[in-house]
Amino acid sequence: MNMLKTENLTFECETGNYHTFCPISCVSWLYQKIEDSFFLVIGTKTCGYFLQNAMGVMIFAEPRYAMAELEEGDISAQLNDYQELKRLCLEIKTDRNPSVIFWIGTCTTEIIKMDLEGIAPKLEKELNVPIVVARANGLDYAFTQGEDTVLSAMAQRCPKISIQNHKQAPLIIFGSLPESTANQLSQELTKQGISISGWLPERKYTQLPEISEGSYVVGVNPFLSRTATTLMRRKKAKLIRAPFPIGPDGTRAWIEKICSVYQIEPKGLEEREEKIWNNLSPYLEIVKNKSVFFMGDNLLEISLARFLARCGMTIYEIGIPYMDKRFQSAELELLEKTCLEKQHFLPKIVEKPDNYNQIERIYDLGPDLVITGMAHANPLEARNINTKWSVEFTFAQIHGFGNAGEILKLVTRPLQRKSMRSSSFV
Amino acid sequence: MKLAYWMYTGPAHIGTLRIASSFKNVHAIMHAPLGDDYFNVMQSMLERERNFTPVTASIVDRHVLAQGSKEKVIDNITRKDKEENPDLVILTPTCTSSILQEDLANFVTRASYNTKADVLLADVNHYRVNELQAADKTLAQIVQFYLQKEYKNIPHINKTKTPSVNIIGGFTLGFHNQHDLIELKKLFTELNIDINLIIPEGINVHQIKDLPQAWFNIVPYRETGLKTAEYLKKYFNMPYIDTTPMGLEQITQFIKEIENILSKNGIQSNFDEYINQQNTFVSQAAWFSRSVDCQNLIGKRAVVFGDATHAANFAKILHNEMGIEVICAGTYCKHDAEWFEKEVSNFCQQILITDDFNVVGNYIAENEPDAIFGTQMERHIGKRMNIPCGVISSPVHIQNFPLSYKPFLGYEGSNQIADLIYNSFTLGMEDHLLEIFGGHDTNQKFGDTNISSTQIVWSKQANEELNKIPGFVRNKVKKKTEEYASKNQIREITLEIMYAAVRFVTNKKLIKFLTKI
Ligand code: SF4
Repeated sequence: MNMLKTENLTFECETGNYHTFCPISCVSWLYQKIEDSFFLVIGTKTCGYFLQNAMGVMIFAEPRYAMAELEEGDISAQLNDYQELKRLCLEIKTDRNPSVIFWIGTCTTEIIKMDLEGIAPKLEKELNVPIVVARANGLDYAFTQGEDTVLSAMAQRCPKISIQNHKQAPLIIFGSLPESTANQLSQELTKQGISISGWLPERKYTQLPEISEGSYVVGVNPFLSRTATTLMRRKKAKLIRAPFPIGPDGTRAWIEKICSVYQIEPKGLEEREEKIWNNLSPYLEIVKNKSVFFMGDNLLEISLARFLARCGMTIYEIGIPYMDKRFQSAELELLEKTCLEKQHFLPKIVEKPDNYNQIERIYDLGPDLVITGMAHANPLEARNINTKWSVEFTFAQIHGFGNAGEILKLVTRPLQRKSMRSSSFV
Repeated sequence: MKLAYWMYTGPAHIGTLRIASSFKNVHAIMHAPLGDDYFNVMQSMLERERNFTPVTASIVDRHVLAQGSKEKVIDNITRKDKEENPDLVILTPTCTSSILQEDLANFVTRASYNTKADVLLADVNHYRVNELQAADKTLAQIVQFYLQKEYKNIPHINKTKTPSVNIIGGFTLGFHNQHDLIELKKLFTELNIDINLIIPEGINVHQIKDLPQAWFNIVPYRETGLKTAEYLKKYFNMPYIDTTPMGLEQITQFIKEIENILSKNGIQSNFDEYINQQNTFVSQAAWFSRSVDCQNLIGKRAVVFGDATHAANFAKILHNEMGIEVICAGTYCKHDAEWFEKEVSNFCQQILITDDFNVVGNYIAENEPDAIFGTQMERHIGKRMNIPCGVISSPVHIQNFPLSYKPFLGYEGSNQIADLIYNSFTLGMEDHLLEIFGGHDTNQKFGDTNISSTQIVWSKQANEELNKIPGFVRNKVKKKTEEYASKNQIREITLEIMYAAVRFVTNKKLIKFLTKI
């Protein structure tokens, strides 16, 4: 077990009055990733309205998603949940014929205690379609944690094979990434002589990876702590705690950690990282000595802050919805190490932040860049504070060596505009 | 439970928040789980709002679920009171709080002991009303609250010396509302009528007490404002006009109703000259409808869908002012169905009252209108079917919050509407012309479809004729003709057979295309 050597970072916890997306938003990227799936969100008009607006134009492309909109009769239990769900799922099966139907539980199903986990196995047998239940609601989780609940439910469906004669213990990577990014990461590992026996999730539900006892698992995103726990407890897999492959520093550390587990001496990584940094130098010129403030809404914050600190930025505050110090232990260590090496002060990590207080602090500190949600972006811009919309980091490709430029493109865009503004309008 | 992919109106709390955030210095606190403050994103993105949206949440989480909100809601209210100093705090229930059944009214009472601000609980039930109804209710609730406070037993009200009006409606995230308000102000200035108050947009709650001083009210959008107008009529004897001044005919009627109200108050005015002036010189729409351009539109077929106000009035403009055949008008405002039917039934063949976009989509697919006027959803339906669409009603995307001046109401609005209609149709026509004059590789398309058919042969002549038919109906003609042929056991399709077939299926549109070429 890793020791937590993070006593120098300060952790605070505020009121939890902050803006973020509801975790059901994970539907929007997961239905695209898992091509043979159908996502049924069992909730109210509130959930539907959010998804419809957050998905934007995707909603017109006949997505493989729908709301099971609860009506008054469902709430007062005049209608039979089982019958109702059966009717809707039959319809979905006839129209779309998916290989799996995900039921996304919401706040309402929690409050009225709808027994989704109980109904699903029965209906699954009756309809002959796997039904996976994930409770991704706003009572318990924030934004990207939605994916965590879905993957952790999927993890339990991974076929468990008995110990086989592998040369090396199998390695399964968990976290949903766009196909090309996933391929890039796989290649990096292959280069080091490590073969990947599966991803959770794969492109198809029917290709769920087999996970045997003693397999190694490693995450690619910092918000996957439940999935990690499930893999360890239920599948008896061994978790590799590594920093996340975000930024060239993170990517290298991620690969090195995996190599060390397999007792492989990594080859050419240092030069590889070096080269990437060199390519980034035009961006680095822009960000050097600039300060950044993370308001916090998607759990990528620690990794991004660590990368930006390495780029030479000063980190004022890292707001974050939820901080799993164990799952993120390696990442936290790397953050601390980076700040010390760069001779920056150690940033304050604020869990469950309070947006109102944060804005006061932003006024006080006057950071060069605030990474925040759309609710605050325009108002802050109107007050001459540069912002970057945080959600873009969730949808852009930011993993691996090749995508470090993408992150900096996002970060530098508003900073460059500032110089444009001052030269032509002031 | 019902399967829903898309909806025309949002949940009730959105309506309440739209009203709250339209007022100055009113703060809404939602009793909601984390993530339900998505309204702030919409406000900040769509309206490109410079200020922080005055909406926060009193978060419902596991603790609240287990033990109730306890002091949390009250603390949040008093905290906001200190931080922002609002005149009014509106506690806004959501779907979640609707079923938690906490005594929110009690929280409101207790909180108001310790706040400078007034505190109200929005009286809306998630499962009974939608966004628009909730907005209507909340506005009326606020108005009532402040008027009852001011006028205990309705004394004599001092009216303004000269004629004046309240404009009720026009609020955050409303479709072109900001521009409409400017246009309405202009209209009243020209009619020499003072604007007493515009509510809720931009006023603070302490001004509400001045509402009854106006001579009358207007409700430009019937979705939001009617309840307030009715209340003011009942308790303060204020007449109101709910005609929407959209399109020349409607504007005229609107102004006539004003004349009428003024004359009841002893002021005889005649705006005929004004109306004439405007129709001739300001609005181009009247001339446009007589111009040759518009002649080309006569008899074209359109489908209209949207909220009750926009759909009904737009349908009237198409039919009465442009000579366009409205084959179907519809609205998703089911609660206002009766009014809607009354307004459009004497010129539409079909009326759709539905909030299921599939019903609208299917109707459009089956009837292939020349143009659609609808919401963002119909725009996409049109895109898929290659039918042009003008957007005339919420729900809309960011491109329908234009920076330039684009009212739908008043005389300038009539110009804007004429442009919109004309552009939609010419766009469609250009597309067809392109098709007809070989903008696409017609032979290949035809060849492709021909392979699929069995045994039936097309004569050279018929084949040529078929190729002349614009692409998007060509396959349909082909299919129908072949169906007809095989039903009548005809092997070879000649020109005659082709016409007979099409006449047989009596699709007016297909005949039109065939005879035109
Ligand atoms: S927070 Fe709860 S009620 Fe709101 S959208 Fe998310 S799941 Fe639905």
